[in-house]
Amino acid sequence: MQQKDIKRLTMLLLFAPFALWILLLILLPHIGMVILSLREKVAPRVYEFGFGNYIDFAMEPIYWNTLLRTGSMALLVTALALLIGFPIAYYIAKVAGFRTRGALFLLCLIPLWVSDLIRAFGWILLLRETGVISTFLQWSGAIDGPIEFLYNDATVVVGLVYTVILFMIVPLVSTLDGMDNSMIEAGYNLGGNGFTVLRRIIVPYAMPGIVSGCIVVFMLTAGSYLTPILLGGKNSSWFTEQIYDQFITRFNWESGAAFGFLLLAFTSLVIWLGLKLSGQTLANTVAKS
Amino acid sequence: MRLNPTVAALLAATMLTGAGSAQAETLRLLTWGSYAPEELVQKFEKEYPDIDVEVTFSNNEEMIAKLRATGGAGFDLAQPSHDRIYAAQLEYDIYKPMDLSKIDTSVMEPSLLEGVKANTTIEGEVYSVPHQWGTSGLMANKEMAPDFKGWGDLCDPKYKGKTSMRLKRTILLGTAFAMGEDPFAAYADLDKYQEILDKVADKLIECKGNIKAYWKGGDDLSAMMLSGEIVASETWDSTAYKLFGQNENIVFVPPETGALAWIDTFTLPRKGKADDAAYKWINFVLRPENVTIMSSSTGSMASVKGAKDLLPPEKKVAVSAAFTDADISNLKFFANIPPGVEDMEGKTLEKIKAATGG
Repeated sequence: MQQKDIKRLTMLLLFAPFALWILLLILLPHIGMVILSLREKVAPRVYEFGFGNYIDFAMEPIYWNTLLRTGSMALLVTALALLIGFPIAYYIAKVAGFRTRGALFLLCLIPLWVSDLIRAFGWILLLRETGVISTFLQWSGAIDGPIEFLYNDATVVVGLVYTVILFMIVPLVSTLDGMDNSMIEAGYNLGGNGFTVLRRIIVPYAMPGIVSGCIVVFMLTAGSYLTPILLGGKNSSWFTEQIYDQFITRFNWESGAAFGFLLLAFTSLVIWLGLKLSGQTLANTVAKS
Repeated sequence: MRLNPTVAALLAATMLTGAGSAQAETLRLLTWGSYAPEELVQKFEKEYPDIDVEVTFSNNEEMIAKLRATGGAGFDLAQPSHDRIYAAQLEYDIYKPMDLSKIDTSVMEPSLLEGVKANTTIEGEVYSVPHQWGTSGLMANKEMAPDFKGWGDLCDPKYKGKTSMRLKRTILLGTAFAMGEDPFAAYADLDKYQEILDKVADKLIECKGNIKAYWKGGDDLSAMMLSGEIVASETWDSTAYKLFGQNENIVFVPPETGALAWIDTFTLPRKGKADDAAYKWINFVLRPENVTIMSSSTGSMASVKGAKDLLPPEKKVAVSAAFTDADISNLKFFANIPPGVEDMEGKTLEKIKAATGG
C-alpha cells in the first residue's frame, strides 16, 4: 500500500515540472493572447468583444499575401534543407568512420554556438556590394563592376537554409544511425540499383527523421524574424515583421495577437496537410525519431 | 570568543555597507541608445552615492510598448519624443504630471520649453520638459551628389540604386512637404490627411526602384553611406554628424522644405518609484559641463540656452556645415500625433512595402 503511494508521488513529482512548464509558459500566455486578439478597439481606452481583428486580416490582401509568401518561402527552405541535409546526414551516419563521425557532427554544430544576429551579419559582410565576394570576383576579373548580392529573396532563402539545416541533419542522423547496413546490402543483393535502394529502403526507413526534421525546420523558418529582416530587400515582407509592426509601431496589440494566432493556425494547417499527403502520422514519425 | 581588531573592523564595515545599500535608491532610466553615457552615470553616482542608476536603451515605440505592458511601472524616468506623449497618455495612461518647481527650467531654451509644454499639457497638467533635440532630414556625399537638396531628390533617377530611406513615418511626412502639402495642418481633418497619404504612397511606390534598400538602424545606414554604396539618404542629423567625423564629404542637408524637428523629453512613468532621483538626474544633466558630455555622446543639441556653444568642438563644425540660421527658422516641429493617425500611417507604410515597384 505504502509502496504504491510512493510510486504515485514519484510519478507526480516527475510530471510536475512538465505540467508547470506547459501551464505557466505555454497555456496561460496563449490564453491571454486569445483574449487580447478578440478585443476590438472602439475608442481610446474603450474595447469591445468581437472578431474584428480577424475580419481585418481577411479583408486586407496585403496581410494574407504576406502570410502566403512567408508560408511558401518556408516550404522552399524546408525542401532545400532536406535536399542538402540528407546527403550530409547519410554520409555522417553511414559512410564516415567512427571517429570522423563525431568530428563531422561537431562541425555541423559549431555555427549554432554563434547567435543568429552575428550569423546574419556574417552574411551581410560577405554579400554586400562592397563585401568580400563582390570584391573578390572583381579582383579575379570575373565581373567588371560591383554586384549587390544582398537585399533579395534568394539571399533570405540562403540565410535561412544555413540557419536551420542543422535541425534537419540531427534527426536524420539519429534515424539513419539505427539502420542496419545489412538491409542496404540485401537490397543490392536482390538486384536493386542505387536509386531503387534509396527509394525503397533508405527513405522509408528514414521517414520518421525526415518528417520531424521538416516539421521543426518549417516551424522555425516561418517564425523567424532576424534573418529575413536583415537580409531581405525592399520588397521582402515577412509575416513576423507584420506582427512586430502591429505590436510595436502601430500600438495595435489586439491585431498583433490575432496575427500571431493566424500564423500558428496557418503553420499547423500546413503541417497537417503535409502529414496527410505523405500518409504519415505524428505518432509513427516524430514520436519515434 | 575574542575578535581580533581587524576582523572586527571588517565586520563593522560589511555591516555598514550592507545598511548603506539597503537604503540606496535605484533610478531606472528608459532612454535612447546614447542618452546615458557611462561617464555621466558614474559622475552622477559619485555625486549622489545613495542612488544607483540602471539604464535600459530603447526607442519611442518600444518605450510606449514597455510602459503600456506594465501600466507605467518598471521605470522612473522615460525619454519619449515630444509628439509621443499626448496620445499615448490619453490612450494608455502611462505617464504622470511633472512638478516643474523641482526642475531648474530657467536654463532651458524658452521656445523649446514652451513648445514641449504646449504639446504635452493635458487637463492643465504638464507631462514633459525638453532634453535633447535634433532633426530628421537628408544627408549626401558632396562629391557624388553635390546638388542634393530636397526630399524629392531621393527619387531622382540620376541617383538610381544609390539612395536609401527608413520606411517609417518621417519619410511620409517629408515627402508630403516636398509635394507642397502640410501634413501637420491636415491632422485636424483625417479625411484630408488620408488623401495626402495616398498621394505620398503613390509617389514612394514609384520611387521604390530608385532606392537601394530601406535602412533599419543607424548602423546599416552608416555602413552603406561610408562604403559609398549609396550617395544620399534620409537620416537623423546625429548620424550624419557622426559620419562627417569620418568623411568630411558626408554632410547633413536640411531639406529645402524644412528639416523635421523632434525634441526628446524627460517624462515620468505613472508608477515610477524614484521621482526625486529622477528630478536630480534631470537637473544634473542640465548643467553646462554635463551638457557637453551628453551632447558628445548623443550627437544632438541640448534644449538649454546657448546649446550650440556647449557642443564638443568637432560636432560644432558639423552643425555649422549643415545649418544656416535660415534653415533653423525653417524647422518643422513634429506635431502631436492624434489618435488614429498611427494606424493610417501604418497601413500606408505596409502598402509601400508590399508593392512590387522594382
